[in-house]
Formats: sequence, structure tokens, C-alpha cells
Amino acid sequence: MSASTTPVAAVAVPSPATTTTAEAKKRLTSPWASFAAAVIAILWTIPTAGLLISSFRPENDVKASGWWNFFTHPSVTLDNYRAVLKGSDTDLATYFVNSIVITLPSVIIPITLATLAAYAFAWMKFPGRDLLFVAVFAMQIVPIQVTMIPLLSAYVKPLLGPSLAGADAPGGGFYTIWLSHSIFALPLAIFLLHNFMKEIPAELIEAARVDGAGHVKIFTRIMLPLMAPAIAAFGIFQFLWVWNDLLVALVFGGGSQEVSPLTVRLAELSGTRDQAWHLLSAGAFVSLIVPLVVFLSLQRYFVRGLLAGSVKG
Amino acid sequence: MSVGAKFVQMFIAIGAFVAVMGVILFLADRVRNRRGEILQTIAFLLPATVMIAFGLLYPAVKTIYQSFKDANDRSFVGLDNYKTILTSSDQLNVLRNTALWVIVTPVLATLIGLVYAVLIDRARVEKLAKALIFLPMAISLVGASIIWKFVYDYRATENPQIGLLNQILKLVGLDTYRFLLTEPWNTFFLIIIMVWVQAGFAMTVLSAAIKAIPDDIIEAARLDGVGGMRMFRFITVPSIRPSLVVVLTTISITTLKVFDIVRTTTGGNFSTSVLAYEFYVQSFRSFNTGLGAALATLLFVLVIPIVIYNIRQMRQLESR
Repeated sequence: MSASTTPVAAVAVPSPATTTTAEAKKRLTSPWASFAAAVIAILWTIPTAGLLISSFRPENDVKASGWWNFFTHPSVTLDNYRAVLKGSDTDLATYFVNSIVITLPSVIIPITLATLAAYAFAWMKFPGRDLLFVAVFAMQIVPIQVTMIPLLSAYVKPLLGPSLAGADAPGGGFYTIWLSHSIFALPLAIFLLHNFMKEIPAELIEAARVDGAGHVKIFTRIMLPLMAPAIAAFGIFQFLWVWNDLLVALVFGGGSQEVSPLTVRLAELSGTRDQAWHLLSAGAFVSLIVPLVVFLSLQRYFVRGLLAGSVKG
Repeated sequence: MSVGAKFVQMFIAIGAFVAVMGVILFLADRVRNRRGEILQTIAFLLPATVMIAFGLLYPAVKTIYQSFKDANDRSFVGLDNYKTILTSSDQLNVLRNTALWVIVTPVLATLIGLVYAVLIDRARVEKLAKALIFLPMAISLVGASIIWKFVYDYRATENPQIGLLNQILKLVGLDTYRFLLTEPWNTFFLIIIMVWVQAGFAMTVLSAAIKAIPDDIIEAARLDGVGGMRMFRFITVPSIRPSLVVVLTTISITTLKVFDIVRTTTGGNFSTSVLAYEFYVQSFRSFNTGLGAALATLLFVLVIPIVIYNIRQMRQLESR
């Protein structure tokens, strides 16, 4: 979500005071308030629940009646999942693999580079540092759309070497997707990680310097352990963004089965088979399951990391 | 390529990256003098800076340049591409839709997020209640679009319905409705999808802001007999105003760049296209590089003032 969700930076809110006199601050817990909250919660959940239930209903049921009939005429099958994963015309298993292969390097590479750059901006002295940092910060405003036509032509016809796009390209065309995702993540990642780095007391760094530690040692021995929560928080964030991305994969993957992720295939199915709800519903959940698990298991970490990260620059 | 081969490619890429960075850092660490400092700075900074220059700065400049050229990127046409955007009726429709998206989405998402955050604040099941609303944030916009396409599914009135909304219409005795096809309201039904996704973001940020309102302010207001709606109107909202602005602007920026929903639901047909989607169509479907570049540039130009305002508000928030 890096480019389209510059939002993280917006989570600039003072962390809540934990020891509050909860009694005194107790809000209007009138039945009406609870009722209104419940209505919103139900409205927000029903669309997903409906599709989830449909994905387990037999094809004929899905096509003939609404998912709410499941409660009166329950019948459960895994056929839809079997069909979307293994069926030769949908073959989501292949796209699932593509999603994984795309996502991991696209998370590891930008975070490594951004952590190093953030360290340089925070703790190294060199001429033009502040100017360069502002320039990197400003790059956040470039919508990725603006970069796409020139980037694609640079990939297709690089100044030297073979074409990097297409099926014959080295790595089957994954390199351009990895590279693009990494580039688009960098400005926001550097900015956020720099904010975290600045929080670390300067005395700590200076003491290590006096003891003769070089930047590399300070970075690996002191910074990385202290930065672990921030790095993890941004890692989850970048993971969700890359896994859920459609535009980058579509433009730089060219829609080929070799490199396209789940989102591309699903969007295609939604356009061409828009009445095959038994397949679409199961397909949607195949793509949702990974981000949901990642998000639910690490939600606390994710929110806390980001809230803390942008409190002070 | 087989599954195995793909994973091998992936591990090669990660391995090569880690090895190269490791060697660079190791070598930079060896040199312990003034030159070493410079080497280390370069090792830390150069990869990221070069990538940003190549992948963001250079393409942005080139796109702006291309926006003044023709469809094949050959001859200069001056402002013709921009003229097309501002005069052709298709493109004007795109602009109108974009404006609708950028205004309605943030307002609705923030409003719902705020009300919900207030309602569940300190409730017994607050964590669960938050997770339910926040969940759509984790899923792809493609997934969200499919979920809602199913809700909007249309069948003729006499047939059994499988879309929830049309079933409800039928229950109350109305004819079923083509939510995604009927202009001009279909754009509004697409916007609902984005609101559904973004409300969770608004709720999370605003909930944190609400919890940060000092106790004594609320205490004092309560002693003065302020409660319920007036508490919300005169205490809660003014206290979190900066956060509200940040949330509104952030969602505007996100919305301006969204193209997944339009592509997955209607494919831009039935007058639902927006700027970010039109850019994709012109650039990669119609291969009209000039117009595509102009649309991207326009997107860029529209984003800039919102971003600047957003950053200034964030600064204010931080300095408090």
C-alpha cells in the first residue's frame, strides 16, 4: 500500500494514556449507542460473510438461491475450492505461487535498503544530507501511475543488456516486478524508519563511536535490534500492499500466467466469468486468506508500531 | 516455469541481494579512516537513492514531458492532450466521477469511522468491534470488489435473487435494480466499496485520537452537565480536529489513485471510469502514450496540494 496508502504516516496520534480513570471517563453506554454500533458492525461484516458462505455451497445452490438459504438448507462442499485451485481454466494454485514469489523479495529488498538509508540520514554526517532527505521525502507524492510508461519502456529496452520484461526475460519477468515494488516502497519506508531511528538516544551511538565501533557495527549490533519492531511493522504493511496490489503486477507482469499474482487472475475471472459465483467466491477467499491471517495475528504489532513511529519526526 | 523453478528464482534473487549487500557492508567496514567514513555513507545511501532516482524521479519528469507529445511519443502537440481531457465528453465524465469519488469517499468513511469509534470507545468488546471494521483494510481491492459485486448481483424481479440488496428490494415489494449498470448512480455504488474499505482506517486513527483527549477536559464538561450529543459536538470533535483533517486528506489521496475497484466491477463501462483507471486504459490498452501521460500528470497535479496540506496538518499534530 506504499504509494496508495501514504496513510500510515497519518497515524500521527499521541499514544493513548494507559492508566486512565476509566470509571470517570465512562461513556454513554446507552442501549441505543450499543445498538447503533452493532448495526454498523453487522453491515460491515455481512458482505464478506455472504461470500464466504457461498464459497462452501454446491454450485447449483449458489446459482439458484441466495446464500441466506444456507441457514434453512445447509449443504457444504469443498468442490469450489478444488475447482479454482486445480481446475485447468482457473488454476489459482499457480497464481498463488506467483503471489508468494512476488511478495517475499518485494518486502525484503526495500526494507533492507530503506533501513540502511534511514540510518545514513539519521546518524551519518555528509554534505547535502538534509536536502537529499527532503528530496526523498518529496518523492512520496509521486503517484505510481506517473512512473509507469517510462519505467516499462526502460524495462523493455534497457540501455544495455537484454529486455527485462516478457517471458524470455531473465527470471521469467519477475525481476521487473520485484524492482518496481521495491522502488515504490522506498520513500515512505525511509521516511518512517528515519523517524524511528531519530528516537534512539544520540548518547548510545556516540558511546559506541567512542569505543571504536564503525557505522556498520553500530548498525548491525545496536540499531537493528532496537529497530526490530519498526521494521516488522513496516514489513507487514509492505507485505499487505504487495500481496493485494493489482496495478503494478498488471503493468509490469503483462498479465501472463507465468508471473501474474492472484489479484490479476481474480480480476480477470470477475470480468469474464461474472456469473460463476461458486468459483469467484472460492477464488476470492483463496486470495484473502493469507493477508487475513497475517493481519489478524500481527494486528496489534502493526497498529502499535505505526502509531509509535510517526509521533515525532 | 515450474513451481520449483519459480521458488529457485526467488531464493536466488534474495540470496544474491543479501550477499551483495553483505559484501559491500563488510568491505566498507574494513576501511577505518576518513575515506572509510565516506565509503560507508555511500554504501548505506547509494542503492536506495539510485533506485529512487531511476524509478521515481526520472520517470516522473519523462511522463510530464511525454504529456505534451502525441499518441506515439513522436511529435510535440503542445497542450492538445490536456485540451482533450477538458473537452471530450468521455474525459469530462471521468473528471466528474473522480471529483465525486474524492469528495464522497473521505467524508463518508471518516464520518462512519468517527461515529463508530465514539460508540465503541471503552465498550467491553472494543477489540473485537474494531477488528470487524478494520478487516476490509487487509484484503485486496479486487477481493473487496468481488465481495460487493455479489451483494449488488442483479436478476430479473420474478427470478430468485442471489444478491442481497436486490433480495431486500424484492422483499419490500420493489423491482430489482441494476446497481452497477444504471447511470448515474452506479458510480455511487462503487464508491460505497471504497468507503467500506477505508472506514476502518479512519476508525483506528480517530479512536487513538479520542483516547488521547485528556481526562480532565471530559471530567470538567461532565461536571457542567454536558453529555451525549453535545459532548460529541463540543468536546470530542474539536479535540481531535487535526486528526480528522489528516484522515480526510489521507483518504482523498488514496482514493484519487485507486483504479482496482472500477476495473474489477465495471471495467470502466457505463460511465464509471475515473482518472486513475482512464490512465491505465489510455496508456496500456489504447496505447495513447500522450493522453495517458497527460492523465497521469493531471493526477500528480491534483495530488500535490492535498499532500502538502496533509503534511502541514501532520506537522501540527506532531508538535502538539
